[in-house]
Amino acid sequence: MLTSFFEHYNYMVVIVLMMTGLYVVFASRNLVKKLVGLSVFQTSVFLLYITVGKVKGGQPPILVDDHASTSEIVKLAAAGGDVATHSSDVIYSNPLPHVLILTAIVVGVATLAIGLALVVRIREVYGTVEEGEIDAIDYRYNLEGTES
Amino acid sequence: MDVLAIFPEWLITHGAALMVVLPLMMGALCAVLPNERLAWLLVMIVTLICAVTGLGVLLTIMGGDSMSYAMGGWDPPKGIALEIDGLSAPVMLLISVMAVLCSIYALPATIAEVEPRKRAPFYAAFLVCFAGLLGMVATGDAFNVFVFLEVSSISTYVLVAMGSSRDRRALHSAYRYLILGSIGATFFVIGIGFLYMETGTLNMADMARVLRELDGGSRVSQVAFGFIIVGLGLKLAMFPLHMWLPGAYAHSPTYVTAFLASTATKAALYLLIRFIFTVFDPNVDYVAVIVTRLIVGVAVVGMLFASLQAIFQTDIRRALAYSSVAQVGYMLLGIGLATAGSVSAGYLHLINHAVIKGALFIAVGAFWYRFGITRVADMRGLGKTMPLTMGAFMIAGLSLIGLPFTAGFVSKYNLASAAADKGWWWAVAVIMFTSIFAIIYIGQMLKVAYFDDPHEIDGVAVVRNEAPLAMLIPLWILAGLSIVIGMGFDGGFVVEASEGAAKAIGFGPFVDGGFGFTAELNGLPENGLSAEVAP
Amino acid sequence: MSPHVILRVVSKFLIPLIALFAFYVQFHGDFGPGGGFQAGVILAASVILYALIFGLDAAKKAIPPSWVRIGMTAGVLIYGGTGVLTWILGENFLGYNVLAHDAAHGQHYGILAVELGVFVTVTSVMLAIFYAFGSRQPDLTDEDW
Repeated sequence: MLTSFFEHYNYMVVIVLMMTGLYVVFASRNLVKKLVGLSVFQTSVFLLYITVGKVKGGQPPILVDDHASTSEIVKLAAAGGDVATHSSDVIYSNPLPHVLILTAIVVGVATLAIGLALVVRIREVYGTVEEGEIDAIDYRYNLEGTES
Repeated sequence: MDVLAIFPEWLITHGAALMVVLPLMMGALCAVLPNERLAWLLVMIVTLICAVTGLGVLLTIMGGDSMSYAMGGWDPPKGIALEIDGLSAPVMLLISVMAVLCSIYALPATIAEVEPRKRAPFYAAFLVCFAGLLGMVATGDAFNVFVFLEVSSISTYVLVAMGSSRDRRALHSAYRYLILGSIGATFFVIGIGFLYMETGTLNMADMARVLRELDGGSRVSQVAFGFIIVGLGLKLAMFPLHMWLPGAYAHSPTYVTAFLASTATKAALYLLIRFIFTVFDPNVDYVAVIVTRLIVGVAVVGMLFASLQAIFQTDIRRALAYSSVAQVGYMLLGIGLATAGSVSAGYLHLINHAVIKGALFIAVGAFWYRFGITRVADMRGLGKTMPLTMGAFMIAGLSLIGLPFTAGFVSKYNLASAAADKGWWWAVAVIMFTSIFAIIYIGQMLKVAYFDDPHEIDGVAVVRNEAPLAMLIPLWILAGLSIVIGMGFDGGFVVEASEGAAKAIGFGPFVDGGFGFTAELNGLPENGLSAEVAP
Repeated sequence: MSPHVILRVVSKFLIPLIALFAFYVQFHGDFGPGGGFQAGVILAASVILYALIFGLDAAKKAIPPSWVRIGMTAGVLIYGGTGVLTWILGENFLGYNVLAHDAAHGQHYGILAVELGVFVTVTSVMLAIFYAFGSRQPDLTDEDW
């Protein structure tokens, strides 16, 4: 049971980070801290994808051949041929998760940028970034009967 | 009359990619335009081109073909392909048409609600959101779904936050929507990751084939299914995950609410149907149990609670937002019953609800534009002061309730008869109940508008002041559409499209695929899934 | 003597190297880790470092905000334009094979073009975000540091 735990330690790390991130998002009342929790949560997902992409004994997924044979392989691929049998001397890790995670990282950056911009604007308008205080200000604003 | 012959050949061939790429590029261009009129014109041109292309694509699909477009010339399953079949084409046309109509409405609305400097970027964000929604529906690759989902969601957060010029609570609503939406999208991507681990591919048709070979897959697929349902459920405002919706709809600019209410949740619902019935095998026990127990349960509870909450709201848009959550419950009930008839009815309700809610929110926007009205109590006398606008609101409201000869009646009747065919009489009772609640909350708005006297300013009654033409045109087009759909009870264009959609589940490019695999995917059975137990 | 001599001297040495590294990463993306997004962020980081040490106004003089706004659009249009070009030449969207006399070179040119688009957009967006956040407060003078 202990060997199984250590064999899958990457999943343990992913789970710990995921739950920590989610807990921080739910439990914290400060808007910036929620965004931090969201970032941790998204990072755990990146780890999940990349660690399962590792092939035992695999090299980083970069073609080790020199430039000449690289273009051979590209030509072959563009013509629809079977590339795998030609570069099968070396075992590569799976490159697809890396590509997916690059995209996901960019998405995460964009989300964080917008979230922080919103927090800056909220700070300017309300004067605070604590969720309790914002709700209190809005509650009073609503009660005073001004146009919503 | 062969309408399809009017369209040029290249438009149909490249149509799918055109619909996704054009708004995206023009959105980038829109952001640097100096003049907001120019920006609005660009939006109109782009949405019109996309609507025309969408019509061409839909006509091609209904003529029997399905379209598979390999991006970059790389064939699936290695490459990313856009797969359009009977399920996605109507939704794409719906999104494009709603974009056109809402953009006509946008011309006066944006001038009233957004600061001058920010109008061109506002339209740019709208175009990016539009591109994201279309991409989400068009694509046949699971991770590409996530990418477009996030493209549309992030621009939606921005669009909602733009309401802060008018109502500062938009900022906090946008922030809350951002947090919940990002969690939902991340859950979705976790699910895709697990599916990739199980099947080794990201192409949805290929995943479907592998999962059926594996007889539904191992625990990994079950976990993936759970994550995907929760992730998509957050986006489509499934009952307990709907908390972002009332705030987002109530405080964003009226143009954005009208567009989002008719498109964002619908695209996510399309994805839910796609994942449940095409990618995962609906006859495997874990899928069948979750669909017929959890989704139905959540749908019913959502319908009841949200309709109840809508009755007690004082703000018009919040009430309509809770009503949207309830209507999503109807669609989920249709999916949960899992017969061909019920999925077709749910899909029909998807289209009808988009039309209805679009009309309602445009009307509410017109009320705010002319008189600054946001509360139900302030709607007094609108029947006399804004008769044309209120007339369309009444038609759309009656359609929401489900009066015969309106669109709402067609979809509710189909849904109830599908439930009755399956023997679930309690579901029919719930549909009746929630229609009664709808009568109450729409009724109180209509009563206040038609039977109360208009406001008086300094003792003088307010005179008639109709909404501008740019608002009336899309409003009446949508109200008219809901009557037309209602009239074509048994075989109108829309009903035919949704029956084609239900048939397409399990057929189309996801079977005889663009890359040539054929598999016996089970079409939806007439009487429900084989693996479920009677309730 | 201004109080931040070390910072200023070292950064004057380092910032051009960082920018050069950004271009290295951009073009090396064909053969190793790298590509448009990474290079864009590194180049933006060099400008942001300049802004942090010499002041936002100096950075705005170096890379004006109007360039940044146009850069965001230009990059997307370069990317999309490559796709439209392949459309015109007869292939599916972003089918790079037709861009040159044979498929391998076509792929090469296509990837270079789209990565250039990505590079320009990412640099501009990162700088735009920085300028937007940074402009909301007045710059700190040297004495207040």
